[in-house]
Amino acid sequence: MISADINVVLPEILLALFAMAALLFGVYTGKDKTAPLLVYLTSFVLVALAIWVGFSGAGTETAFNGAFIDDGFARFAKVVILLSGAAVLLMAQEYMLRQGLLRFEYPVLVSLAIVGMMMMVSAGDLMALYMGLELQSLALYVVASLRRDSAKSTEAGLKYFVLGALSSGMLLYGASLTYGYTGTTLFSGIIGTIGEEGISLGLLFGLVFLITGLAFKVSAVPFHMWTPDVYEGSPTPVTAFFATAPKMAAMGLFARVMFDAFGNATHDWGQVVALLSVLSMFLGAVAAIGQTNIKRLMAYSSIAHMGFALMGLAAGTAGGVQAMLIYMAIYVTMNVGTFAFVLSMEKDGQPVTDIASLNMYSKREPLRALAMLVLLFSLAGVPPMVGFFGKFYVLMAAVDAGYMWLAIAGVIASVIGAFYYLRIVFYMYFGDEQKAGLDGTMNPVLWGFLMASAAVMLVGVINLFGIEGLALSAAETLVN
Amino acid sequence: MTSIILFAPLVGAIICGFGWKIIGEKAAMWVATGFLFLAAFLSWVVFLSFDGHMEQIQILRWIESGTLSTDWSIRLDRMTAIMLIVVTTVSSLVHLYSFGYMDHDPQWGEGETYKPRFFAYLSFFTFAMLMLVTSDNLVQMFFGWEGVGVASYLLIGFYWKKPSAGAAAMKAFIVNRVGDFGFALGIFALYFLVDSVAFDDVFAAAPALAEMQLTFLWRDWNAANVIAFLLFVGAMGKSAQLILHTWLPDAMEGPTPVSALIHAATMVTAGVFLVCRMSPLMEYAPETMAFVTFLGATTAFFAATVGLVQNDIKRVIAYSTCSQLGYMFVAAGVGVYSAAMFHLLTHAFFKAMLFLGAGSVIHAMHHEQDMRNYGDLRKKIPYTFWAMMIGTLAITGVGIPLTTIGFAGFLSKDAIIESAYAGTQGGYAFWMLVIAALFTSFYSWRLMFMTFYGKARGDKHTHDHAHESPKVMLIPLGVLAIGAVFSGMVFYGGFFGDHDKVNKFFGIPAHHETADAGHGAETDTHGAVETHAVADDHAVADTHADDAHGDDHATTMADEGHAVVAAAHHGTAPVGAIYMSPDNHVMDDAHHAPKWVKVSPFIAMLIGLATAYLFYIVNPALPKRLAESQRPLYLFLLNKWYFDEVYDFLFVRPAKWLGDFLWRRGDGNIIDGSINGVAMGIIPFFTRLAGRAQSGYLFHYAFAMVIGIAVLVTWMSISGGAE
Repeated sequence: MISADINVVLPEILLALFAMAALLFGVYTGKDKTAPLLVYLTSFVLVALAIWVGFSGAGTETAFNGAFIDDGFARFAKVVILLSGAAVLLMAQEYMLRQGLLRFEYPVLVSLAIVGMMMMVSAGDLMALYMGLELQSLALYVVASLRRDSAKSTEAGLKYFVLGALSSGMLLYGASLTYGYTGTTLFSGIIGTIGEEGISLGLLFGLVFLITGLAFKVSAVPFHMWTPDVYEGSPTPVTAFFATAPKMAAMGLFARVMFDAFGNATHDWGQVVALLSVLSMFLGAVAAIGQTNIKRLMAYSSIAHMGFALMGLAAGTAGGVQAMLIYMAIYVTMNVGTFAFVLSMEKDGQPVTDIASLNMYSKREPLRALAMLVLLFSLAGVPPMVGFFGKFYVLMAAVDAGYMWLAIAGVIASVIGAFYYLRIVFYMYFGDEQKAGLDGTMNPVLWGFLMASAAVMLVGVINLFGIEGLALSAAETLVN
Repeated sequence: MTSIILFAPLVGAIICGFGWKIIGEKAAMWVATGFLFLAAFLSWVVFLSFDGHMEQIQILRWIESGTLSTDWSIRLDRMTAIMLIVVTTVSSLVHLYSFGYMDHDPQWGEGETYKPRFFAYLSFFTFAMLMLVTSDNLVQMFFGWEGVGVASYLLIGFYWKKPSAGAAAMKAFIVNRVGDFGFALGIFALYFLVDSVAFDDVFAAAPALAEMQLTFLWRDWNAANVIAFLLFVGAMGKSAQLILHTWLPDAMEGPTPVSALIHAATMVTAGVFLVCRMSPLMEYAPETMAFVTFLGATTAFFAATVGLVQNDIKRVIAYSTCSQLGYMFVAAGVGVYSAAMFHLLTHAFFKAMLFLGAGSVIHAMHHEQDMRNYGDLRKKIPYTFWAMMIGTLAITGVGIPLTTIGFAGFLSKDAIIESAYAGTQGGYAFWMLVIAALFTSFYSWRLMFMTFYGKARGDKHTHDHAHESPKVMLIPLGVLAIGAVFSGMVFYGGFFGDHDKVNKFFGIPAHHETADAGHGAETDTHGAVETHAVADDHAVADTHADDAHGDDHATTMADEGHAVVAAAHHGTAPVGAIYMSPDNHVMDDAHHAPKWVKVSPFIAMLIGLATAYLFYIVNPALPKRLAESQRPLYLFLLNKWYFDEVYDFLFVRPAKWLGDFLWRRGDGNIIDGSINGVAMGIIPFFTRLAGRAQSGYLFHYAFAMVIGIAVLVTWMSISGGAE
């Protein structure tokens, strides 16, 4: 019996073992000198795992009495997490080396965080959920303060930790309420109880607290306050990591809990999620206008994007989950490209994050500016870039589910949000040459990711690389 | 061959319009003209060798969308053949004429090239017009319809340096839009009910349409009537009938050859052509046809009255055109489509000639157009004078009463007036047309007397230097003069002879096998001279014509014949270029109209001539005194019944006001204002607010989270679905 269970969680176990082995290897050999090797090795392992998970058999398997679920939805999310994790690690390598930040713990911590994320999207029990969440979070708290000699970085790590602890407390409170009112921590048990007895007020409280904890992880308004500070304070490669894989994992977990444990109360959580969604979209769009630091700007951008992804979730249908998965996959791809560009922004060897430094960038680097333009248009949701289709799917899901007001609000928010993306384009193409401030070249890895990401935004228009069908089958395993 | 006729003008237009820089200005103009003459020659070949049987020549598939299937194809029948010769003949002559007229145009300075553009537009117009008349379905016809509209717009506004020309071009275009809207609605309605836009399908469905109801503008109407009416609205716009006529006089801003080609001979007759082409449908829409008759008669009268007092030579002829188009609509309205087409043909010749003659006068007088400054030009420009004289004789309808000998207008106009008498029981339309004939005679002779007789009233220098136009301008006048003199007599039999001839001419299946005897005895007052006209194997029978055989007899015979036709064509499209229902005896009745009816237009013409002679030769001071004593009436006519002023007040100013309002208030204040307000006021405010909330203090953040959860929990407890 136990061997069958282990067989199901084998990818997670292997990654955890790899992380520990890498840690031992790093400690007992060259310490930070082994870091580049470990980065490549970790990336390789992540990609290999992604391929394995992606091509492993279809169907749904559970392990540990239903505490761990391996289904199409989990596999879709895991592939996105693993690939984006690998991409961000590779992009970090050169930047961190130059900044003297490349410690061997970094790839190890990222690996452990990813193990946590894989646990999250596969959780079938409140305890498994919490275990995955904390494994991920603890690793992220540490990498946020990776630059120990920088006050900003440590402040970011501390803020993240304290607020994360608060949110974990709320989540646990919600979990215990849920347990108290249903008598089980298994999702399948919770949904069964709701099906028999309906949702009681106590359970509703538990649901709201659970949502609160999850909303913190996806940085939905009003639980988003940590995001800009942490994004700004953390080293840029870490920010890039924060903006990609953990978001996918948190959205996956959100959907997992909502549908597996509360799937027959979609109306109840649907309106809460819709409210979070609309608040996130508007705050993300409005607050980003005031930002001059591109990392903070991307923080608000991610808040707004999470609002759109939540719109798909709020729909409470298979189409909504499909839209959410498509949106997240596109979002992660766009962010990988955008952060590849942000990582390359430097002057006199020092990283620059002020968007004013992009003035007339198109003159110096026409190709890169063009790639960035494509990415920004895609982020803003301008057709025919792929980003438009992501928005289109969630809007359609919301309309189909009867959330017309939410869809309209989303369109308005995306119009407001277009401003700050287009402002960067304006700086790059029509800005003031006097203020131009970037020099230096782009390392080939970053260049490759930037161009690949931009190309995907253009070429993907044809059929979105078939992701619709994959997302749909993934969504159907979750919603039934 | 018809394909060559159709596309030669297009090829000419393209080569001339785009290629003149390569092949040179003169060569480009000759190419366009050469292609047109080729088309004209082939058109005559087609017309003369045409045997009356309809042919369809497919060029290509055009639209395939659902049940809508449309070809580009040529429908070659008698109607098309008539229009082919009218269009290509007048067009080729106008091309030739333009060599002289457009040379050294004072509107253009040294070194400015305008002639190839002019010729290209003319050729393009000809192509579009041919597209219209050869079309096999309504969509293709609409293409041609709009194509001639564009060409007309370009040519009216040809002198684009003159603001008045630009305004006139826009006016023509916009007024035509109103008509085209009706036309388009008619096409939609037909497609909606018949599920096809091809003529054959539409014609076959016409009897069924007459039984159907169509909801339009919140009311149920008879489908055939409402469709016919909508199509006629289109025709009203193109053919400048009352209400939508205001653009035609202004269109005289274009160069005179354009006025001759487009605004007299061809494009403006497109409406008449449409009504005749749709005759199988129109026959089932009696109420609409009554309206067509009424409006045509009113237009004929109205335009003739306005023509009485105009001083601009081109405007007089323009109102005359408007009036003559009214005649054609009356003929079509009472169901004698062949008479409408007959007048269309003859009118094309003599009206084009009048316009070209006027152009020649204008050319001679250094682009002076006010007739008050003419006079005594008879000796100065003798050829032009004789051409204009023939044109005037034709338009006023000079001929020998009760015979078929006379100028072109005599035969065709009398045919219409007799039809109007027969079709309306001597009512409104008949009297309107007779009075209009009187006025026509008056203003035509007034034009002649003011221009060619009396004393020279204008600038002495200009008068002294008046010179005859070059040969390229006189040759077209001569050719058209032949048409103005003979076209009536030659084609009378086919258009307005007895039933057999008309049926044979238009390819309507002969029914005389069953009613042979009847036809032999069919009465026809014109019959006696029929043999002078077209050679026809039935002409011999007509010589037996005898008034003694009463109307009743002929009608009975016609009835029998028609009954067979109706039976034979049940459920399929009627064969033949025009269709007259079995109950339509107007043409026969017209032939048997009382003698006084037949003579009345001639008498009206004589009165008009006598009055004009009295006013402008015998006592030139008389018109002035009359105008003063009847000042309100004079001003009313001079200002064209105040149509422009009323339209300006009713439509133009409110539209301008609305546009201005929407621009300043709607667009400027509301849309720009709200967007600016939101973008520059409200959103930055929230941005600052959000920035302030992001204080950096941990406890603020935690506080926000706690507030958030408090709100959510409260909200869910109150509104949630908890039990």
